[in-house]
Amino acid sequence: MGKTVTAGNKGDKIRSDCHVFLELTDSGGWVIEVNTKTGILFQDAIRQKAEEVLNHFELKNARLVVEDYGALDFVIAARMEAAIKQVAETDKEFLPEIIPENTTKSSREQYRFTRLYLPGDSPKLMLNAGIHYPNGVILDLEDAVAPGKKHDARFLVRNALRQVNFYGAERMVRINQGERGLTDLEYVIPHYVNLILVPKAESADDIQQVNKKIEAIKKEQNLEYPIWLMPIIESALGVVKAYEIASAADNVVAMAIGLEDYTADLGTMRTDEGTESFYARSQLVNAARAAKVQPIDSVFSDVEDMEALKQNVKRSKALGFDGMGCIHPRQIKVIKQNFAPDEAEIEKAKKIYKAYVEAEKKGLGVVSLGTKMIDAPVVKRARRSIDVAIKTGLLDPDWMSKEE
Amino acid sequence: MKKYDKIVKNALGREVPTIINGVEMPPYKGVGKYIPDGRKHAPRIPSMANYPEDGNKLVASLKEALQKAGLKDGMTISTHHHFRNGDLLAVQIFDIAAELGVKDLVWFPSASFPCHEPLIKHMENGTIDHIEGSMNGPLGKFTSEGNMNGVGVLRSHGGRYQAVQDGEVQIDIAVIAAPTADEFGNAHGLEGDAACGLLGFALADSQYADNVIVATDNLVPFPCIPWQIQGNHVDYTVVMDKIGDANKIVSGTTRITKSPDRQLIAEMTAKFCDDAGMIKDGWSFQAGAGGTTLSVGNYFADIMRERNIKARFVRGGSNKYLVDMLEEGLTDYILDGQTFDLEGVRSMRENPGHVNTSPFTSYNYHAKGNFAQFVDVVVLGATEVDVNFNANVATHSDGYLLHGLGGWQNCLFSKTVILPIPLFRDRIPVVRDEVTTICGPGELIDVIVTERGIAINPRRTDLIEKLKDSPLPIKSIEELKDEAERICGKPAKPELDDEIIAAIKWVDGTVIDAVRKVKS
Repeated sequence: MGKTVTAGNKGDKIRSDCHVFLELTDSGGWVIEVNTKTGILFQDAIRQKAEEVLNHFELKNARLVVEDYGALDFVIAARMEAAIKQVAETDKEFLPEIIPENTTKSSREQYRFTRLYLPGDSPKLMLNAGIHYPNGVILDLEDAVAPGKKHDARFLVRNALRQVNFYGAERMVRINQGERGLTDLEYVIPHYVNLILVPKAESADDIQQVNKKIEAIKKEQNLEYPIWLMPIIESALGVVKAYEIASAADNVVAMAIGLEDYTADLGTMRTDEGTESFYARSQLVNAARAAKVQPIDSVFSDVEDMEALKQNVKRSKALGFDGMGCIHPRQIKVIKQNFAPDEAEIEKAKKIYKAYVEAEKKGLGVVSLGTKMIDAPVVKRARRSIDVAIKTGLLDPDWMSKEE
Repeated sequence: MKKYDKIVKNALGREVPTIINGVEMPPYKGVGKYIPDGRKHAPRIPSMANYPEDGNKLVASLKEALQKAGLKDGMTISTHHHFRNGDLLAVQIFDIAAELGVKDLVWFPSASFPCHEPLIKHMENGTIDHIEGSMNGPLGKFTSEGNMNGVGVLRSHGGRYQAVQDGEVQIDIAVIAAPTADEFGNAHGLEGDAACGLLGFALADSQYADNVIVATDNLVPFPCIPWQIQGNHVDYTVVMDKIGDANKIVSGTTRITKSPDRQLIAEMTAKFCDDAGMIKDGWSFQAGAGGTTLSVGNYFADIMRERNIKARFVRGGSNKYLVDMLEEGLTDYILDGQTFDLEGVRSMRENPGHVNTSPFTSYNYHAKGNFAQFVDVVVLGATEVDVNFNANVATHSDGYLLHGLGGWQNCLFSKTVILPIPLFRDRIPVVRDEVTTICGPGELIDVIVTERGIAINPRRTDLIEKLKDSPLPIKSIEELKDEAERICGKPAKPELDDEIIAAIKWVDGTVIDAVRKVKS
């Protein structure tokens, strides 16, 4: 009897996933058993996919049991590959076709108000992530994946990057710390990931090591697209080194803070008011601004309390943050709405911007509104508010012409 | 007798039998196309001389009542689903029938639930020949696999009333579970341990059945007020320990969804109605059972509150959410067909604005109009929808019977019909080339709202015009179908036998589709 391995998840609550049991045998060809919740509707399709994967990896003799809970093809393939690679030595990969929507690039300046964490081993949460229109999705290989599932998750995240339509959200992956994280990169860099979150960053070197590996993979595979970095500061040391980390490389576009680990490091507890992390948050915002990257706030862990979340976002915005992580789709709207400029802010920005345009037209060097002189940074802030308001649907892009 | 005979193609191109369980049933002809004339079926003539002078119709037990009603082979027995999954009577009735050796009965419930699984043994032992009502869960599986002797007949709530009025179904014995009743048989559902709200589904049965038995666990002295069921129609009354479990009225389909994806669909639905200008002072809506549709009602309430407007009436299935709206003054009335939770029961008891209705007032085809027609927006569920907007609520995509029709078909007559549904469930596309079973014709279904886009029926040019500047993702139904198949792949066709195991009736009594046996 050969070695038996498994991959994937099973149980009453599992949906959109499957579990594979694989045994390599010495003879007898394939013995494939498929039990699927979809019954007759996808039974044959699943069997075909299984045969295709076995063929791809040139496995002639195997016993395979697939317990299916409505998994899509890319999930079935990921689970099978995760199983196969535990028993067979091979450099081959079974890559599902990449959908055109997932070859888009992202830009340094684009908004990152909301980024939705998606556990890297849970396909169900990935499928509909995009319909809630977060600015970014984070396929998480780190803390949201149990130690025993790290291997499985790599294949699933890789396939999701190729197959799941996130409807325009920036595609981010949070890798693990250290060596494991560097290996994670091999599974995601060649698949049009837009941004890598580097957890528990404590030095410029942490960032440079990740970058070195990314560069090596890009060079080897001739990849042209940009890959941005967002270090996450999660310790007292990280907070002290925040500026060094934010300015460690040209492709750092944002820096986030992770308060669960940070408060644990301080030996304190997180509170809704956040007094204990006031210093760290301010320091992070300052360091990020100094390095000209976006400061991003920690997630808010109570997914039921929308009012507390709203207050948290308002405090976060007041401190100077540009965005926040989300752990539930329900949080996206509240965070977007409250990071975006409010009505009074937009009205004020419009007035300033109009005065600026007027002054430009008249060739005036000085912009004034009523009796007040307006400095260049004020105009800059107004333009930013207007830009955000337009991008978040709060302001008509043609507001200028429509108001005339 | 053949189970069914004379198969023809109906107006939707579906092959349906025109004789079912020996009864002639016309094929579907189109919406509003089948207008029979003549007179309605009339009930048997009772005479007061045959009933107790003091009005005391109490008998000792349910068994005695059934025996006195002349229970015998081949009869049609009706029960009602006011307790939903908490019904305790149906199984007892057929246990008694089996004990008495009675065979080939027809069960004519207003709906069935998982609690009725024990009836399978009575279908196996020949006590029950077939069911004319809904066949869900275990009963659905049993029927779909061809194990029921006769052919199942699925009707809407309004269609059930129509079938009784037409004499197509002649009820021999109706057993009405009454949370409160008097000896004469007057009954209501507002009070008692088993208070369930209203007894509207039993109305036709009380009027037309040859024998009517009222069973209660809360006997009050005459008069039992209000008399939703009038004792003048009743033959026997029985006092029992417990007639139903009102706590089981609440089931999965009567709670608001917690899924963020379903909530998004609900929110999009409410936005659609708002962008179409439907939500205005004095409007009306109905949201059917199902977590998503109930959630839509909540979003409607938010919009009305924000805008300081109110509805003239909302139609229930009432639940806590509708009751809150009524008590907050967001609607003048709840016109309620059944209560979905105990808050609904309380409200109906206490609030004159919470009004009980019946399939006659709300849904009946052989009436001079009905309430469902004047509702501005109705929001309903479906298991599948096809590119012609035809929808299925009765079977799963694999061909198995899954749900009854409830008031779903009847609600399609409202001014705008919206189906908020996910584009796929567990890899199974919901928007299809062709539905497995047609329960509602596409011409009556106006809008499909999915998490990935909204399709408006091309017939509704007015809605298309109104929504042309909306930021909502309006797509064609074909685009939605393509997107579903792109994500899920194309499912295989279910393997169905030629044998027909159930018929789907349209509201007018014609046969809109037939359900075939699943190859096991």
